Amino acid sequence: MAMSPPPGTSSSAMRNAFGTVLSALILLLIGVLAFSIRLFSVIKYESVIHEFDPYFNYRVTQFLSKNGIYEFWNWFDDRTWYPLGRVIGGTVYPGLTLTAGTIWWALNAINIPLSVETVCVFTAPVFSAFASWATYLLTKEVKGSGAGLAAAALLAMVPSYISRSVAGSYDNEAVAIFALIFTFYLYIKTLNTGSLFYATLNAIAYFYMVCSWGGYTFIINLIPMHVLLCIVTGRYSPRLYIAYAPLVVLGTLLAALVPVVGFNAVLTSEHFASFLVFIIIHVVALVYYIKGILSPKMFKVAVTLVVSIGLVVCLIVVAVLVALVASSPTGGWSGRSLSLLDPTYASKYIPIIASVSEHQPPTWPSYFMDINVLAFLVPAGIIACFSPLSDASSFVVLYIVMSVYFSGVMVRLMLVLAPAACIMSGIALSQAFDVFTASIKYQLGRSANSKDDAEDNTSTNNAPKDDSSSGKTDKGEEVAKERSSKKGKKKEREPADKPSVKSKIAKKRVLVLPLEASIVALLLLIMLGAFYVIHCVWAAAEAYSAPSIVLTSQSRDGLHVFDDFRESYAWLSHNTDVDDKVASWWDYGYQTTAMANRTVIVDNNTWNNTHIATVGTAMSSPEKAAWEIFNSLDVKYVLVVFGGLIGYPSDDINKFLWMVRIGGGVFPHIKEADYLRDGNYRIDSEATPTMLNCLMYKLSYYRFVETDGKGYDRVRRTEIGKKNFKLTHFEEVFTSHHWMVRIYKLKPQKNRIRGRAKKLKLKTSSGLDSKAAKKNPWI
Amino acid sequence: MAARNWIFAVAVAVAVFLSLSTFSSAQDLQIVNAERRIDLSSHIVKAFLTLKVENIGKDPAADMLLAFPPTQIKNLAMVQALAVTGKKKKKIYLPLDVKPSEQPDAPNDAGYFLVSFATPLGPGETVTLEVLYILTHSLEPFPVEITQSESQLVYYRDSAVVLSPYRIKQQTTFFKTPSTRVESFTSVEPANRAGKEIKYGPYEDRAPYSYAPVIVHFENNSPFAVVEELVREIEISHWGSLQITENYRLTHGGARHKGVFSRVEYQSRRSISGSSSFNALLAVLPPRVNSVYYRDNIGNISTSHLRTGFKKSELEFEPRYPLFGGWKATFIIGYRVPLEDYLFEAPDGRRYLNFTFGCPLVETIVNKLTLKVVLPEGSKDPSAVLPFAVNQDLQVKYSYLDIVGRTVVVLQKDNVVPTHNVPFQVYYTFKPIYMLAEPLMLVSAFFFVFVTSLAYVHIDLNIVKK
Repeated sequence: MAMSPPPGTSSSAMRNAFGTVLSALILLLIGVLAFSIRLFSVIKYESVIHEFDPYFNYRVTQFLSKNGIYEFWNWFDDRTWYPLGRVIGGTVYPGLTLTAGTIWWALNAINIPLSVETVCVFTAPVFSAFASWATYLLTKEVKGSGAGLAAAALLAMVPSYISRSVAGSYDNEAVAIFALIFTFYLYIKTLNTGSLFYATLNAIAYFYMVCSWGGYTFIINLIPMHVLLCIVTGRYSPRLYIAYAPLVVLGTLLAALVPVVGFNAVLTSEHFASFLVFIIIHVVALVYYIKGILSPKMFKVAVTLVVSIGLVVCLIVVAVLVALVASSPTGGWSGRSLSLLDPTYASKYIPIIASVSEHQPPTWPSYFMDINVLAFLVPAGIIACFSPLSDASSFVVLYIVMSVYFSGVMVRLMLVLAPAACIMSGIALSQAFDVFTASIKYQLGRSANSKDDAEDNTSTNNAPKDDSSSGKTDKGEEVAKERSSKKGKKKEREPADKPSVKSKIAKKRVLVLPLEASIVALLLLIMLGAFYVIHCVWAAAEAYSAPSIVLTSQSRDGLHVFDDFRESYAWLSHNTDVDDKVASWWDYGYQTTAMANRTVIVDNNTWNNTHIATVGTAMSSPEKAAWEIFNSLDVKYVLVVFGGLIGYPSDDINKFLWMVRIGGGVFPHIKEADYLRDGNYRIDSEATPTMLNCLMYKLSYYRFVETDGKGYDRVRRTEIGKKNFKLTHFEEVFTSHHWMVRIYKLKPQKNRIRGRAKKLKLKTSSGLDSKAAKKNPWI
Repeated sequence: MAARNWIFAVAVAVAVFLSLSTFSSAQDLQIVNAERRIDLSSHIVKAFLTLKVENIGKDPAADMLLAFPPTQIKNLAMVQALAVTGKKKKKIYLPLDVKPSEQPDAPNDAGYFLVSFATPLGPGETVTLEVLYILTHSLEPFPVEITQSESQLVYYRDSAVVLSPYRIKQQTTFFKTPSTRVESFTSVEPANRAGKEIKYGPYEDRAPYSYAPVIVHFENNSPFAVVEELVREIEISHWGSLQITENYRLTHGGARHKGVFSRVEYQSRRSISGSSSFNALLAVLPPRVNSVYYRDNIGNISTSHLRTGFKKSELEFEPRYPLFGGWKATFIIGYRVPLEDYLFEAPDGRRYLNFTFGCPLVETIVNKLTLKVVLPEGSKDPSAVLPFAVNQDLQVKYSYLDIVGRTVVVLQKDNVVPTHNVPFQVYYTFKPIYMLAEPLMLVSAFFFVFVTSLAYVHIDLNIVKK
């Protein structure tokens, strides 16, 4: 952050120093804000890992910190996907765990004994601060530091990002958003400077992004698109080449180093766009070069020659690409990426992707919830980016357009939209403030006493932030022209600044608004900002802080805590054998392995659809068939989540149709229609017999009727259909305090005795008696 | 020494198969009257033994032996003896020194404790002793496994007569059971049962090492809370507080739970369902305790109440789930107390910590207690003073920004019962200047960072001068 003021006149040096210190201070405060607004979950609840996936990441980090990096790469996890297991080192994006592991290691190396859990809990808030600083850098490259500060402040508290990065939300996105913004910043920086140094850094940042999140494909498609856009709009420059070509070569090489990506970096279709553009930019560079050395006439001849050859080459390349796509092991596009291009793809073909709520398209209110007033500021920001349009501003425009599309497909990608929206809104806010404050200043200066140009100039100098921001706005385009002749950032700022001041004053004359209008508009803008802040704090405190493993409800006699999940995981962990297998729906797989340390059949990694379908089939089958399936999988315990007693809506009965669908997708004897009465999903007396006899129903409602005598389900708001029944192949071994988690044990197989069963039974029992009698000293 | 020689002389002369010391002691002392009350109401068996000892030998006796059968000796958590002087109402109790003692050729591996009299007992004199001994793991559940609706029955095995190397003229033993439900008890005439009490005796004139095994089979639904391992860490900070962290591994030591656990039965028919299980524990913490937390390795446990008082604080808490027989749970309790209540300066200039040994949970057995006292960095010459024998060890721990590490005094004891909650002291020397080491380190680190950035700003690293 510390930028040295260029040696110059003392007053401007002072002003620069003051501005630098002020913006550094503001940035520091923004970082503190970004960190502390995410602590609501720790203060309101506790310092604990949240939800599902973070528990897996936490477990991996524990393994990493205990066994070291080499063991981590080779880790074959036999505690999950029993009996298949999972190669963790090769199937996980290691960025997050390596980051937290490194932080933990560094802290412990200087004898700060923080636990792995604490480090994991606070990784996301720390990286949110980094992300807001990266946003500052990126926006500063686009529209100057005023816009940068505004964008950083907006990003620090944008609800969409908060939802994924509160303390405890230890997920890939926590570091990936920082990596994303920082990669974009370095790309823009390279584009603006043409420095190979930044290009190399950019490739490294891209590598970090690849390590962190599958969303890196967004980068490797967005940047080529921007390059293509620049070429098409005639903005090709050597800087563009420097910004792009090293990224593709180095970035792809580095990406291939990450085990989970490996050869996918060159084999899957998500990356082909970048290679295509890589070829195009070389062709374009060649054309520019030839154009430079040939006369216009010769050039025309060369163009016709090259175009005809080029077409042939292109055809060959396209043919090769098509062949590659057809022969690539992943079969071209992966399911998630396909559902990005065709939003209805998942619900049509892959129920397992569609069953995850965060893969659904978002609703309109969720836009307002997640980016709030930014939604209204974005268009203004886009307009501001077009006046004037530079390489950098065209990039952010492209970024926002693409991310709006993707967020419309999948609610999870709202997260990618949030930084773009913040950058745009930051630009919009900063430009609007520029215009309003400048016109107020101008109007005041004109009404008080008619000041001449020089005094007007000094009065603008009094507001360093305003000055420098608009100064750098112009710098963007001006530097773009001058950049090639200059090296090193320190030198180029000053000459860019001086002419810009004059040009700005000239421009300001045009943009003068009436005094009253400016003041009212300023106040309205401040109100808008205040509304945004209030909304963000509310969202952080109320909407996004719940860790979801512990629920609370406010009742008349104070706060009531529902800690049933951990109760049952603790029970499993302490009171079952260490090698017992626990079957549950895949949602609870990660938590079971992390908190209960028991082997699970399926977990949230959902890589094997057949395996999940097997569990789904078992849950949808009648008791005996289910027992057989589970027994064949060595399952000892079955865990179901049941919310009917206290009204917890996301329980297994509500997820049950997905089990039926996924199970039926592989095992056709499970038919969704059998579980629906006239197309309605119901569990009351109108429910179908298949529904009332399936394992999930029985395990959820076993002896439920004894609680209130009627069996009233508070989630479905109805009395259950089948009330008194016995379990023959399962026995209840644990039910948590509020009945949210119920654990059943598979009864052992009965001995195959026919006819004489009764006699034998008698005999064995008497035998037992005599044995006991022997031990009993009273006889 | 003279007595020893005499013993040898007698031994050689008599040359019987009885052991030397046994024989000689029996010659020396006899117990005129023994009354034993054994309290079986919780899983910690407390036995109160009142002995009236008479010296019938010719020489004054300096000490006497208490004998325990080998089945009890390994479960014996503590033996204490008091000498009673004075008549009723004005009784004065004088604590006596009790030491485990090895006796050669003890019959059937009996174990011994040596009680030293305050003043040697002259010939013909009598003294009244009050002996308290505490047994753990001595109630054996039978049946070994019970279902949720059954109540817990246990065996207690002991002798109807007091095992003693001395002749006992007259003795009585009382067993107090927690409820009136007693399935059976061995009859050694005269023996009878009235309410919660079973009385054996009085028996007249029993020879040394008389033994009459009895088994009492009775209902005991008191919480069998056994802490398998407890690690208490007491961290002294001279900045003003004492941080205590306690790691518990708790188990229900009673009859194992068998088969189904039905929540609906547990919740609706609480009186008959799971009567031997427990789900509430009470920890007695020091007064002025603050920053109390109760959690396990997957997060907070939200079921606890703290009542602070002037004498003591009480933390009432529940494990995550009710504990049935054989079920386990782990948890951590941590709290902070002000330093001035527990850290003092000895007259010789050393500092000492005065803190309570043992486990804060009431009515709990601790199988293995490890108490770590983490002294501040720079402390020297640590030494611990305890009223009973423990294993002592020294370790080094690195905590926040330590360089040389903190000395840790590790005290380790097996089979700890609430009676062990007595003060102990750890002495050490410490120079207050060490307190400033870490702040100075931080200050210099920040100073260095600022100086470096200052230098970086003013250095022009460009090769080409502009």
